[in-house]
Amino acid sequence: MSRAPAAETAAPPVEKGERLGKASGKSVRRTEDGRLLKGQGEFTDDIWMHRQGFAHFVRSPHAHAKILSVDTSRAMSLDGVYTVLTGAEAKEMCEVPFFQIAPPPAGQMEEWPLAVDKVRYHGDAVAVVLAETRDIARDAAELVDLEYEPLPSVVDTVKAADDDAPILHEEVGNNVAWHGVFDYGDIDWALDNADHVVRIDRLHFHRFSSTPLECNAAVVNWDPGTGVVQIESNNQMPMFASMVIGPTLGVGSNKLQFRSQDIGGAFGIKIGSYPQIAALALLSRKAGRPAKWTEYRSEHMLSAGHGNERTFLDVEVPVLSDGTILGFKVRAFDDAGAYLHYEPLGAVIWSQVTPGCYKFKHVSVDYTETLTNKCPTVPNRGYSRLQHLWMIERIVDVVATELGLDPVETRKKNFVQPDDYPYETPNGCVYDSGDLPASLDLALELIDVERWRAKQKELGTGSGKRIGIGIGSTIDSGTNNFGQAQIINPELPFSGNGEAAYAKLDLYGEVNVDLGTTPQGQSHETTAAQVVADVLGVDHSAVNVTAGFDQRHNTYVGFSGTYASQFAVTGLGAALGAAEMLRKEIVTLAAIALESSEEEIELEGGECYVRDERERAIPFIGIANMVYSNNTVIPPDLRERIGLNCRYVYTPLFEAPDKERKTGNLTLTYATQIHAAVVEIDEDTGRLEILDYAAADDCGRVINPQIVQGQVHGATALGLGASLYEAFEYDADGQLLQSSFYDYHALTALDMPMMKYGDIESPSPFTPTGAKGMGEGGGAPLSTICSAIQDALSDSDSVVADTHNPWWRIHELLSSGAANVPRGVQTEART
Amino acid sequence: MSEVGDKIHPISVTINGETYERTVEARQLLVHFIRDALGLKGTHIGCDTGNCGACSIIFNGKLVKCCMLLAVQADGAEIETVEGLASDGALDPVQEAFHEHHGLQCGYCTPGLLMGATYLLRDNPKPSEGEIRRAVRGNICRCTGYVNVVRSVRAAAGEDVAEFPATGAEGGSP
Repeated sequence: MSRAPAAETAAPPVEKGERLGKASGKSVRRTEDGRLLKGQGEFTDDIWMHRQGFAHFVRSPHAHAKILSVDTSRAMSLDGVYTVLTGAEAKEMCEVPFFQIAPPPAGQMEEWPLAVDKVRYHGDAVAVVLAETRDIARDAAELVDLEYEPLPSVVDTVKAADDDAPILHEEVGNNVAWHGVFDYGDIDWALDNADHVVRIDRLHFHRFSSTPLECNAAVVNWDPGTGVVQIESNNQMPMFASMVIGPTLGVGSNKLQFRSQDIGGAFGIKIGSYPQIAALALLSRKAGRPAKWTEYRSEHMLSAGHGNERTFLDVEVPVLSDGTILGFKVRAFDDAGAYLHYEPLGAVIWSQVTPGCYKFKHVSVDYTETLTNKCPTVPNRGYSRLQHLWMIERIVDVVATELGLDPVETRKKNFVQPDDYPYETPNGCVYDSGDLPASLDLALELIDVERWRAKQKELGTGSGKRIGIGIGSTIDSGTNNFGQAQIINPELPFSGNGEAAYAKLDLYGEVNVDLGTTPQGQSHETTAAQVVADVLGVDHSAVNVTAGFDQRHNTYVGFSGTYASQFAVTGLGAALGAAEMLRKEIVTLAAIALESSEEEIELEGGECYVRDERERAIPFIGIANMVYSNNTVIPPDLRERIGLNCRYVYTPLFEAPDKERKTGNLTLTYATQIHAAVVEIDEDTGRLEILDYAAADDCGRVINPQIVQGQVHGATALGLGASLYEAFEYDADGQLLQSSFYDYHALTALDMPMMKYGDIESPSPFTPTGAKGMGEGGGAPLSTICSAIQDALSDSDSVVADTHNPWWRIHELLSSGAANVPRGVQTEART
Repeated sequence: MSEVGDKIHPISVTINGETYERTVEARQLLVHFIRDALGLKGTHIGCDTGNCGACSIIFNGKLVKCCMLLAVQADGAEIETVEGLASDGALDPVQEAFHEHHGLQCGYCTPGLLMGATYLLRDNPKPSEGEIRRAVRGNICRCTGYVNVVRSVRAAAGEDVAEFPATGAEGGSP
């Protein structure tokens, strides 16, 4: 006991990732698989509560209409119906409308859990029924009698900003959700001094969604006795949901109890389920029973949230005669849909990757986000950056085509170079590490580009087939600095980021970790166990990571959840920090028990021993025993500060951005993905077949290679599906044309090539483990497929100007070159 | 509507070797019967329209999507679901292959894919890559891009699956 260390009061410094390497870095099998493979996962629809009723929403058939009357009497009289909640009643039960991120006037928008007085899109929820069974609830929903007076609607993103467009929210006064100009460098100087100026009239990024296979779901119980609202759901950002719905419901966050275990995919879309959760809370309160809701697929398509649609107008690109692209100027119109759900954050999120992979110095983006009579948009894998990155890749390809440059060399010439890191972009983002030229070479090597270029020449005309080779260079920015929200609205009290974790040694020496995250397939249980195992010197299988999120029992911060490519940094940073704190406590106790100095204690195989004396050891059960049930062996001054249950909050070292200049480091890490594809196009039908496809991924230090590869595969598949098949389209009256997987063709195994994967590892100097967030992938397939189609059209005048290229659009592109349709591209040479 | 829905029928169904005798509403879907009435929650619902295959089960020896059947149609049927694959808690070879080759991420489509793969391999123990893709074309997976799903099924068929795709630069797409 005499050698007990002096008491320390400060939290121990975390040695960043120094102990990693035994379990981490390896493709260990996933912990989650055991239950998921046996059908023992717990998804939200698997959860039933005693006395629950089933909820079904009544949704608007109109894009825009006044609600003249709501009559629930026929529905209420149906046997088995518990209650019906209307929009007006819901509003009466609420304290305030949902919190808005936007500054005024859009910030004055009043959104309630259900539509009141007016519906604003096809699918807007106007009432919700609670009944004894799913089928009775659905029957009763059809018996809710609504009278509407249809109003003119606006579905065009750009026209919505016009002064004479029908206004969605009268309290806002127009349909502009946000407008701002991002101006970096001196674009007018660049346009004046360039050797060439390339102009593109219009580029259009279409609406689609990753459509997670599990729809939204929630079981909500408003307990009248305690005032606690228990929320079992698959919402993926529960703390944001709490922040929004808490004040509306008048419930403190200590009484909002979000919980989830297994989530069947989310991809950002499940950030947007909070209005329904709020409505279910009110329904439960009114009925005095738990309300269980599982979204139908058609309902999901209609109202769960779509990815952002964006139109780019008047793109101007100054280029020097040696192929150096100086930057670009553009007007962007982003479509938020009918309500602002997480928007207008997208209006700044894209600027995390302002120059894409390139050293563009002069950038001017005039950005308008509009409200339209369409389903609200929500974050979708690659949120807001993939639209912008796609536009940049179109710029690079169009410039190369127009000026007769090689697209590979043009990219390499303009890329941020390996020696440039850390590289500060014109808007102050700091690209941490990477090797873009090597990544591009790797992608091209994986598809054997030389052989395909030769084949392309060989094929010649008259074969009825064309081969195209495409490239997509993207950055997957991860770990947001939420200070960027202040660029949108200077009044918002948000900045930084973080995640929390507990690491605990339990009664019999078991290691347990709790996280604040909501994984949806990203394997957090496995990778957190790998990192913690290395710190504590145990096998990863000996670390139990609590499955899922639990507001009652797990720890969390306001940023908790799983979104925006950050777990490898924030989640693992928190787990690592908590494990280091726990290790320090274990070492302190071991030194006492083994009568040695702390410096001599080593951890291995769930035991502590004295260095060079392996048999002088104490197992973790002995350490746990000292704290849990034998604490007189611990010196009194240590007893109160060692509990073997350590909480660590990881926070990246961010500073608040400059709100006026719109500059600052907006994310901590910048992973890169460069894709390359070979496609064959049938000239008669426009049918496209992918002959080969490769992704070169660089996400810094890799904690589990197999899991990283899986994320790359998945992001690629979603991008390919969106490129070739998937689209949400509205007719002129605002009717959504896709209502199921029949007309929304989600990519199948027949559509997806056996893609190739290559890995370059440029560790991040800024993160605890050297790893970077990487799950979203930057939407590279959208750029790659467009680039490949453009390449296949090299003998025509057609320009690929849309992200969505199903066979019929490719057929149009093949014909329009011949028909002398305006190309929408002009090149001005200044000699 | 509810007059039809309220009509009750007795049925007897054998699932994973266990026989269940229940009464069901005429309109109840088989998938809701399996999940809600019997509590066999491994069979999932992803689309309601027979597109996604998350609810795939083996029904009298045939692979079916049970959101496309009524519970009354299962009277007298022998059904296999994902819960019947593992024995004594040990993964069967198809499950083991998905585990080894990271053939699942969120796990929601997985039960349907496992049943589809099981059905394929019974009929065709050595399927080609194209045959595997055709066999699972009715199972939508939004996480894996099917890359590791195809690898897993090939591995379950006893093939040596390399770390990187064995398919060459040509013919990557079947």
